[in-house]
Formats: sequence, structure tokens, C-alpha cells
Amino acid sequence: MADVNITLDGKKLTAPAGTLLIEACKNAGIEVPSFCYYPGFSLQGACRMCLVKIEKVPKLQTACTTVIGEGMIVTTDSPEIHQARKSMVELLLGNHPLDCPVCDAGGECELQDMTFAYGAAESKYIDIKNHREEQQWSPVVYFDRPRCILCYRCVRVCGEGMDVWALGIQNRGVASVIAPNKEDHLECEECGMCIDICPVGALTSGAYRYKTRPWEMKHIDTTCTHCGDGCRTTLGVRRADTGIEIVRGDNRDKSGINGDFLCIKGRYAFDFVDNEQRIKQPLIRKDGRLTPSSWEEAFELIGRRFAEICGREGGRAIGVIGSSKTSNEENYLLQKFARVVLGTNNIDHHRTGDFPAFARALAGKLDATASMRDVFKAPAMLVIGNDPTNQHPLLAWQIRNNVRLHRSRLYVINSQPIKLRRQATAFAHIPAGSEAKLVALLAGDDSVLDVLVSENTPREALLSLRDRLRGEQNLVIIFGAELRGEEMARLVKVGSAVSGAKFVCLGDYANSRGAADMGLYPDLLPGYLPVTQGKTFREEWGGLPDAPGLTIPQMVDAAKAGQLKALYVVGANPVARFNIDPFAFAKSFVVMQDMFLTETALIADVVLPGANAYEKSGTFTNTCGDLQLLRKAGEVTGTKPDFEIIVRIAERMGFDVRKLVPFGGGMWADMGQSRGAQSGEADRHSVWLEAHGLETKLSPFDPMAILDEIQRLVPGYHVSRRTLLSGTDQHTRIGGPGILHNPELIVPANDDLFTSGTLGRYSRALNSVLENQRRKPVETEVAAD
Amino acid sequence: MKLSDQFEQRFHAMINHYPTKRSVLVPSLLYAQDELGYLTDELIAEMAQRLDLTDLEIRNVISYYSMLTTQPRGKFNVQVCTNIACMLRGGEEILDHCKRKLGIGHKGTTRDGLFSLEEVECIGACSWAPAAQVNYDFHENLTPERMNEVLQDYRRKVHQQENC
Ligand code: SF4
Ligand code: SF4
Ligand code: SF4
Ligand code: FES
Ligand code: FES
Repeated sequence: MADVNITLDGKKLTAPAGTLLIEACKNAGIEVPSFCYYPGFSLQGACRMCLVKIEKVPKLQTACTTVIGEGMIVTTDSPEIHQARKSMVELLLGNHPLDCPVCDAGGECELQDMTFAYGAAESKYIDIKNHREEQQWSPVVYFDRPRCILCYRCVRVCGEGMDVWALGIQNRGVASVIAPNKEDHLECEECGMCIDICPVGALTSGAYRYKTRPWEMKHIDTTCTHCGDGCRTTLGVRRADTGIEIVRGDNRDKSGINGDFLCIKGRYAFDFVDNEQRIKQPLIRKDGRLTPSSWEEAFELIGRRFAEICGREGGRAIGVIGSSKTSNEENYLLQKFARVVLGTNNIDHHRTGDFPAFARALAGKLDATASMRDVFKAPAMLVIGNDPTNQHPLLAWQIRNNVRLHRSRLYVINSQPIKLRRQATAFAHIPAGSEAKLVALLAGDDSVLDVLVSENTPREALLSLRDRLRGEQNLVIIFGAELRGEEMARLVKVGSAVSGAKFVCLGDYANSRGAADMGLYPDLLPGYLPVTQGKTFREEWGGLPDAPGLTIPQMVDAAKAGQLKALYVVGANPVARFNIDPFAFAKSFVVMQDMFLTETALIADVVLPGANAYEKSGTFTNTCGDLQLLRKAGEVTGTKPDFEIIVRIAERMGFDVRKLVPFGGGMWADMGQSRGAQSGEADRHSVWLEAHGLETKLSPFDPMAILDEIQRLVPGYHVSRRTLLSGTDQHTRIGGPGILHNPELIVPANDDLFTSGTLGRYSRALNSVLENQRRKPVETEVAAD
Repeated sequence: MKLSDQFEQRFHAMINHYPTKRSVLVPSLLYAQDELGYLTDELIAEMAQRLDLTDLEIRNVISYYSMLTTQPRGKFNVQVCTNIACMLRGGEEILDHCKRKLGIGHKGTTRDGLFSLEEVECIGACSWAPAAQVNYDFHENLTPERMNEVLQDYRRKVHQQENC
């Protein structure tokens, strides 16, 4: 858009026509105070904190609702303006309780800050404050009415942003009050968006309220461990008797791929970490019973048994099952451990999306995958299968808000009337299981029409949908596990005919994509390279088994047949997930590492207490292929990260761990100078080294040492380490030749908003919501505005 | 929900007048309230469904307007103005008188369900202050005695209806 000339506080500037005055000020480095204005939501003009003086306009104007005009001359601060804002604060404080000392928002409250800035400590009002008791609206949301300053942010984020419309405003004037959709309680998605967006402490969360003071916490931003979308969540931590306790999750750091968004899981479901059922000591089965032991004893036993079995029967007799919730470094290390230390390709994981087929379909194409950020910007989107609102909450947020803010066109094809249809330009309701037929239709095969048509979606609708899709450009095509193998390849082929098309293949767990990329497959090395073609890896590692190994079901069969002598399970629960007969492994030596005694513990001979993603550093790759950092936030004494456990087992087996983890590397740590002109030199130096992947890895337990190897050897992971370390997501390309797998091995997690596999079972926040739901009749979806 | 033919006629005439459906909400609520006496849960659900709104949004609107109510009211809703003109000419006394006479306060309803009382802002009858409005009828230049007559007239009306 054309630029217009404006003068702000005497500075002459230009800004694009259509810019809001408040935004123009912000861009010019001038802060105009605001309560009700929130970027990305409809304008409210309710609080009048943003008053500014515009020349030739008699009264002060609200900067948040004024669009800049040519020649506008604006003053953002003067005694008159200061006084006006001060009066606004005074009015707000008229009925605001002075309970800052116990208020959750105390210390990070916008009203406190404004009172401080404008010094509105005195009041002409001597009326008695209108006190109301705090109300609990849901397991997550609490409302303290007197603290509310009626900025309507919560109402807008819930309606416009979440498309839930659970909050409203009742009465008018001084009697106005925020109201939940069910008179005295809420029935909603419990995302907590309203709580975090509230500028004061009027909305508070069941998870955090009255737990601590903001300044007692240290904040660490890391990546959510609950679904495949990879939101950045900031964990507030503090010291505790048992290590470091996580007290809060939020997204104060809005620079992540999720911007303002987090769902209930990223915000509140960190609480599985201190569930009292967490294992904090290794357990060894003695006389049929899991008995506490020392790490020493456990490592000794595992090292000895694994070495014995390898020595006697070779790697063939051992199976390894990895996890979709461990880091890339751990996954890479685990498959390297299996292939190099145990000498077996018997390695697999719980597959939730057909990434090998995706890699195969995209082989040779550049820039063919969309990042999570791309989804928010695409001019058009096609979603086939899945229910993003429930299974990929961030993705749904990106899609919804892309439609709302950028008028992107959304095409939804699903066998269920999923909620995203409400944003759709066109929605095709097709019979269950006919997604592949739909792809055929898109490819031009009209003979499948009869199968696809239904009362809701007539023939013409399908044909016009196809026409519209063909007319799009830069379309982002998102599909769920409904499409696998050849059918997916076909979709990629059809979709690629649209110029600039990009794809997203959905996998369910936090690092499902990473597990696949890192080669947790019996027939694929990292980067979807078939084991039969693993020349680079063979040279790098000095040999690896040629023949593809066993899949999980094959491992079960092998165990039943007495051929699988040992099973090593890292952070997975195959017994529950695959409904495995626990007796199948009765004769095998089973080692598992996890946080809880899951069903798989029933068959374990040794259980090692592992750490979760919030307690380790490393990286995750989300379902779009965005690589992000994990930073260690919490710590529970007695547990160890899976990375360290794997390395220690290798060491006990007598393996030279330098061959497993390339640490050290002959460099000397530069301790720098501690005083004088050059003090701090070491820091500058190490920052540079780290950014170039050259810093010394002093220990074999340093995941960054493996990340070096990953970046060197895994196609698509050659991204900027410096940017990654700065906390910015880096989009990786899906590489390698890929392969066609047996599609039956893909078992979608089918988690919804309030479940998260094993983690969810141990989260108080999620369980309290589920329990609350069970007590109520099922709510139907609400109508949109 | 079954509403009268007259309501339906009005509703369907209005619905095409505005660019958005929700614009007919307020007049529809008024018409419905006239028929039903107050806005029932059933009616709220019905309007939400017809206008693609949530129940909550309908309740928000109802709570905004003091003329709309979700509580049953008496047959005659006595609205006494106490805004400036009326206040200067004795509106407050009229209100107090009604309170005493009917034995109810602001927003109360007599036990026989005949009268409700409400203190309201200017009803546009300042030239004949003090004024009160009973349902859609205006009563002006009131004095306590005159007010007694007004109330008595309404009582009589009901008895007549009952007797014939
Ligand atoms: S928790 Fe989320 S869905 Fe529930 S009211 Fe708040 S914003 Fe709306
Ligand atoms: S509850 Fe918070 S966000 Fe909502 S209107 Fe009140 S102050 Fe604003
Ligand atoms: S959308 Fe997924 S990644 Fe984001 S907070 Fe929710 S569970 Fe975590
Ligand atoms: S920020 Fe402008 S009126 Fe509230
Ligand atoms: S002030 Fe009572 S009618 Fe106007």
C-alpha cells in the first residue's frame, strides 16, 4: 500500500496507508499505553488509555482505533494527555481491589505498570468497593470479578481467535461483567488463552493460582512435548527439594511458531513431571518383583546381559523400540547404538504418519514442505482428513487465523463434520475411508464420483471444489494418516500440479517426525536412506548390518518363537499401544526406560527412570519439519536423560563411547581471562564457537555432539546452528529416497484436546478436565458469530 | 418453538431488511417478550438457532437492555421515572408511594402477579412530569392520589375481565 506522511512527536515519518496510529507509534519506538488494544483482534476502543492529540481534532483521540492519514500531526504525550490517562487509571482503580500482594498477576500486571507510570495513587472516589467472591468456572479457569478492567481481550481471543465463543459480556456501564457460556461455569476448550491475555489478574488458572510469585521463577522457553505441532512454551521454574520444579507454563515468548497460541496441554499439562507415581530409582526384577536398586547395579546387569546375548547370538537376538517423545539426538543415538553397538537393525517405533512414503513422494523436489509459519501465510489451504482442532491445535489455530486475518481460502475434505469446516470456503463431507477415492477424483478420475457423493456433498460441489483447487496457487496441502503409501504419492503428484504447492504430512506425537527422520526404522537409516544403501553411514560408523531388521510385530513373533532374547524399550509403551500379549516376552530380557510404570513395565526385567523433554536439552522436529530447541527446565533427582542412559549402557558393554558420541575431538576448552581488559573473552569466544557447531563437547553426554553428526549426515538438517540456538525454528527439508511401508504399521495416536498418551494419564490438569466433562452431558458445538 | 403468526410475520418481514441476521435480534426479543411476558430459556435457544448466535450472546444483549427481561413480571409493569424533570416535580415521591402502596421495591412483583414496579430513566414525557409508564400506556402529571387511581383502574380492568 502507498505510504503516507505523518509526524509523531515532531518526528517526520512515513508508514503504509491503513496502519493504525498505535502501530505506527510502536514502529517508531513510541509506546502508547493500551489495555483493550491487542494486535490481531478486532478493535474495541474500550479503555481509552491510548488517547493522543491529533492536530486540528478538538478532542483527544484513541490511537488504537485511528487509521493514520496524510499529513497527520500527532502528539503522544503532554500534560493534557498525561492527565487524561491518569484519570482513566483512577477510574479503573475505583473498584479495583488492592490485593496485588496476593494476586497472581502482581509483578507482571499491566494495571500495576500503568498506575506506576501515571502515578494515579490518589482517588476522588470514596465509594465502597463492590466486592464479589472469586468464581471457579472450570477446572482451568477462575474469575475474580472485581479485578476485571473490562478490556474485552478475553472475549475476543476466545471468540475470534479460538472460535469457541465461550465468553461474553453482560449488563452495561459500571455493572458490566464478563460471563461464561453456561451461566455459572464454562464449557470450552480450556486453552487458557483468556487467562494469559488478561492484562490483570481477573482470570487465573487452576494450575498456577496462588502458587508462587512471578519474580521467584526463572523462565525457560522450550518446546511443548504433547503433540506434533511444536509450540514454544515458556516454563517458569524454581528450586525444590527434589530438584527443579516447574510451576508454570505460558507463552510469554511470543516469537515462537505459535505466536499467541498454546492449547491446554502446552500451558498446563507440564504437571505429569512431578506426578507422585514417577519412578525415581532403577528397578530390577528379583524373584518376580521389581525391586529398587542402584544405577550401578542396573547398568552392570544390562551391560553384561546385552554383551552376552550379542556375543552368543549376535544382534539379531535383540530388539529396540524407540519413542516419538525423545529428542532427535536421543533417537539418532539410539538407532546408532542399535546398529553399531548391538549390531542389529531391529529397531522401530510407534508410527503415526507415513513419513517414509512422504519422503519418497517428495524425492527430488525442493521447497515442497510447508513450515508451521507458512500455514499462517498461505493464500489457500487444503485439509484432507484428520481433525486439527483436536489433534493439532496449533495447526488449527494457524489455519483459522489465516482465514480470519488474511482471507485465505480453506478447503476441507473430511468424513466428519470437523470444526474447521466453519472457516472453510468449501467443505466436502465424504464417506469414511474414501479419502483415497477423493485423491483419484482430484487427479481427474470421475468414475469415483458415485462413491463420494452424499446428501451433504452433491456431485457438483465435488466438481466445483476440484476446479477451484486447480485454480489456486501456492496452496498448502495438509493431510492426516488417512493417506499413506501410494495414495499419498498420488496426492503429492496431483497437488504438485498447483504452482507453488507445499505439503504437510501429519504425525501425532511431539517428535514423531524426528523419530522418523532419525531412522527409528528397521529398514531405514537416518534421512530415509534404505539400510541397503547406507554407504555414508557404513563408512562413518565403520560398518553396520546390511539386512533390514524386524518391525515391532515381527519382534513380538520372534520373541514368541524364542528368537528374541532381549528387548530394549526407550520411552515407549508398546504393550499398551500395540496390544501385545505380555507373555510373548516372558523369556526375553526386557529393559525399559520411562517415567512411569506403564503396561510395558509388566514385562520388564529392568526399569530405568528416564527424564522427559522438559528435563533435557536437544531438539525436536515438528510434524511440518520445523527443527526447534529443547532446553532443560525441570529436574527430578534420581532420573537421567535417555541420552545419558544409552551412552552408559554402551560403555558397560565395553564399547568405546567416542565411537558413539563424537565428543572432545582434541580441542581444549578456552577458559579465557577472568580479569582485566579481556575478561569475558571466553564468553564471546564460546558464543562464536557454539554458533558454528565448533564448541568443545567435553562430555559424552552432550547431545550437541550428536547434533553435529546429525547436521553433517542427515539430509535436510543442514540448517543454521546459530539461528537455531537463538531460539528460532528452522525448517528442515525431508530428505532421502524414502520407501513404501506396510501401511498397517501406522497407528494414529487419536489423542484429542485433553489426552496425551501416557503423559496425559499422569497430568492432573488434563485429568481434572476429563473428570469434569464426565460429570456433564456432552456439549454440542456452538454456532459461530 | 411455536410462536404466534403475528410474530412470525414480523420476523420474516424484518429478516431481509438488514445486512446481517443478528440485527433483527432486539426487535424480535421485544415482540416475543410482549407475547410471552418475559424471555424464556426456550425462546433464547430458539433465537440463537434462528440467528446463528450462541445462547450467551443473546443473554448478553438481553442483559444490556433494561426493557428486556428473563424474569416473569406482573401483568402491569409500572415504570416510574425519576430522571431530572420528574425528580424536580416529585417523581421520587411517586416512586416511594408506589413502593408503599404495592408493598414491593424496584424490580419487585406483587404476590398476586398483577403489578411489577421499576424505577426508570427519562421516558420522554418531561413536559408533563412527573410521569410513569404502565406497559405501553403513559400517565402524566402524577400525584400520589392520581397514582392511586391509575393503579385502581388497572385492578378494576382485571376484575371486569375475570367477571365476564
Ligand atoms: S480457556 Fe480458552 S476456550 Fe475456554 S474460555 Fe478461555 S479462551 Fe475460551
Ligand atoms: S477478565 Fe481480564 S481480559 Fe477479560 S475483560 Fe476483564 S480484564 Fe480484560
Ligand atoms: S498445540 Fe500441540 S504443541 Fe502446541 S501447546 Fe498444544 S499440544 Fe503443545
Ligand atoms: S487501547 Fe485504545 S481504547 Fe483501549
Ligand atoms: S425526566 Fe421523566 S420523563 Fe423525562
